[in-house]
Amino acid sequence: MEVLGLLIPVSLALGALGLVAFWWLLKKGQFDDPEGDAHRILRDDYDDKPK
Amino acid sequence: MTALADPARPSACPACDVGPLAEQVAGAAPTQARLMIALPGIHCAGCISGVERALHALPGVRDARVNLTLRRVAVEADLDVDTNTLCHALSDAGYEAHELDPGVLAATEIDATGRALLMRLAVAVFAMMNVMLLSVAVWSGAEGVTRDMMHWISAAIAIPAVIFTGQPFYVSAFAALKARRLNMDVPITLAIALAVGTSLYETMLSGEHAYFDAAIALCTFLLAGRYLDHRTRANARSAAQELAALEVPRALQITGQGTQSVSIADLRPGDLVRVLPGGRIPVDGVLRDGSTELDRSIMTGETLPAAAMPGDSVHAGEANLTGAITVEVQAAGRDTELARIADLIAVAEAGRNNYTSLADAAAKLYAPGVHIIAALAAVGWFLATMDLRVALNIAAAVLIITCPCALGLAVPAVTTAASARLFRKGLLIKSGTALERLAQVDTVVFDKTGTLTDGAPTALGLQELSEAERGVALALAQGSAHPLALSMARGLAELGVHPVALDAVKEHPGFGVEGQWRGQTVRLGRAGWVGAEALATTATYLKIGDGAVQAIAFDDAIRTGAEALVAGLKAQGKRVILLSGDVEAAVSAFAARVGITEVMAEARPEAKAEVIMALRDSGETVLMVGDGMNDTAALTAADVSISPASALEAARAASDMVLTGGSLAPILDAMATSVAARKRIKENFTIASVYNLLAVPLAVAGLCSPLIAALAMSSSSLTVSLNALRLR
Repeated sequence: MEVLGLLIPVSLALGALGLVAFWWLLKKGQFDDPEGDAHRILRDDYDDKPK
Repeated sequence: MTALADPARPSACPACDVGPLAEQVAGAAPTQARLMIALPGIHCAGCISGVERALHALPGVRDARVNLTLRRVAVEADLDVDTNTLCHALSDAGYEAHELDPGVLAATEIDATGRALLMRLAVAVFAMMNVMLLSVAVWSGAEGVTRDMMHWISAAIAIPAVIFTGQPFYVSAFAALKARRLNMDVPITLAIALAVGTSLYETMLSGEHAYFDAAIALCTFLLAGRYLDHRTRANARSAAQELAALEVPRALQITGQGTQSVSIADLRPGDLVRVLPGGRIPVDGVLRDGSTELDRSIMTGETLPAAAMPGDSVHAGEANLTGAITVEVQAAGRDTELARIADLIAVAEAGRNNYTSLADAAAKLYAPGVHIIAALAAVGWFLATMDLRVALNIAAAVLIITCPCALGLAVPAVTTAASARLFRKGLLIKSGTALERLAQVDTVVFDKTGTLTDGAPTALGLQELSEAERGVALALAQGSAHPLALSMARGLAELGVHPVALDAVKEHPGFGVEGQWRGQTVRLGRAGWVGAEALATTATYLKIGDGAVQAIAFDDAIRTGAEALVAGLKAQGKRVILLSGDVEAAVSAFAARVGITEVMAEARPEAKAEVIMALRDSGETVLMVGDGMNDTAALTAADVSISPASALEAARAASDMVLTGGSLAPILDAMATSVAARKRIKENFTIASVYNLLAVPLAVAGLCSPLIAALAMSSSSLTVSLNALRLR
């Protein structure tokens, strides 16, 4: 049972990390064009070097 | 709408004319502009690359980024880059492109409310997952101190999360209570407060049942519904506000010392105002000096320019196309016809809000019902056991289990799925209840020009002209920015005609273009000016030297899908009416071509709205499809309204739905989808009610453990969402 004392904080910390990451991505506009991004990844424009 | 390539053209969106001015006022001179272009036709990775490559190839364009979700491209370009050039380049590359007004978009582009909702949703999901994880431990048999510890940790996560994420509901519930009425948020807030309160109390007494997971799950599901709802409404805007942008704030007044720029508010009847070509007429009045052609489409819907001579009356909002004129003021500012139409729309808009959506109707029944059941359960248990703690626990369980998360999701999930489907087909839904209203439509009223037709004239019979005549006609047509000339130049260029060299090309405002070719005078323009009999149809006339006059007739092409739409609506048993400001003969002839039998011609803007009102009073549910300023009042008066992308900004703002592409076909699809959507919404209400019917007796009987509450809540929400997805 002592392991819970470790696992619960770890699970909370990981969740919070994900939350912060989501908040950051939201600010960066990553969710503004989900449909376009799904297609963009298929393009070969950036295959050699990113612009 | 007629498209003029002339840079000095009166813009189709008046706010664009004002836009640069606003930038000057703002001070700091920007070195680049951000332009927005709508691309209704794009759908794949190839389109993204194609559009971006086509734009990057143009001089002055610094960056272009396509947003496929919004079917839009944002272009960073030098200040002198014209959106028209970009649109033409895209059309040449094979993509349908329309200019968007960045000034209007700026307000909606950074969607602060949407992001805030999404953030709250993320926090709620994070908290829910963690609390659920701890709850699973309790449900699977944690006892004593372990259970208490789990409950305390749950409380530590859930309480702040509930306080933060539930704010939209608390605010709305508080506002409703303050206004002494009930809405869906009142039972929600009460359920959350009771659930958290009794759970905290139980935890302190190391009780068995804590509903922290239910409280936060309630927030999560409801926020998901709110967010979906917000997304579908994000495009809604007020029509009356945008009409204000059409009014020209300043005018050139002619005084004894010359002309001076004055505010329109200072103009009095009898004053003289100068209007230059390319400008909009600021007042209602009489033309005193000069002759020109006016684009009256904003008032009448008639897209062909009308000649105006001294003595003719002119109206605010009309565009002056070819010559400088002097106008004697009769009415200015709030007294103009334009302002009166704007007022009509504001009045009609206020009246339209009376529609009660299915969700509101459900909430009206639901909120008091739930409270009565919970209160009765609490009173009953208190009388039976004389234990307030048990009674409160039961009441909380009833409120949680009847939680309206399925109800909160029922409508937004369906409308979002339906809007997404229609958006892919080329129809943008602006109003949250538009689909519900569309499902009930039994009468469809169409405007003619610009709605069922393309609104741009096409020259007929160009092939029948001789080689020389074509060359001369093209050379003359290129000397004018008149819509007929532009259309003819386009038609001739498509035939591969090269213009001949002309000397002394001169445009006579209101008449036509004249030039010298091989020592002969050549003219292209009005019948009387060229020396010919005017035809009954719209036409321009070409005369070379002393040769015979050639008449070139024009026709307004039927919009793609118009005939199929009318036939489809009739097949569905709808009444179809054509309502136009155009003359009787033209309207009847056109109606016969598209297959409409009921026709009303020569309708003024007020008359159009009155016709719609009369139809509604006789018990019909009316869909209005229109595109002009003269339609805006009618669009607002109708139960539902649709306008094409090419419509005037004010008309688009007044409509519930906007066609993003050129074709009318999506309207038929929208009718079918709306009926299906209404059916799904009702099914969802049934599903939610059935869950409640099964679960409420359990809760009242005191058998509702947190596990059962969580299961009932999640499964009803999931069923409702999945049912909505069937619409896609």
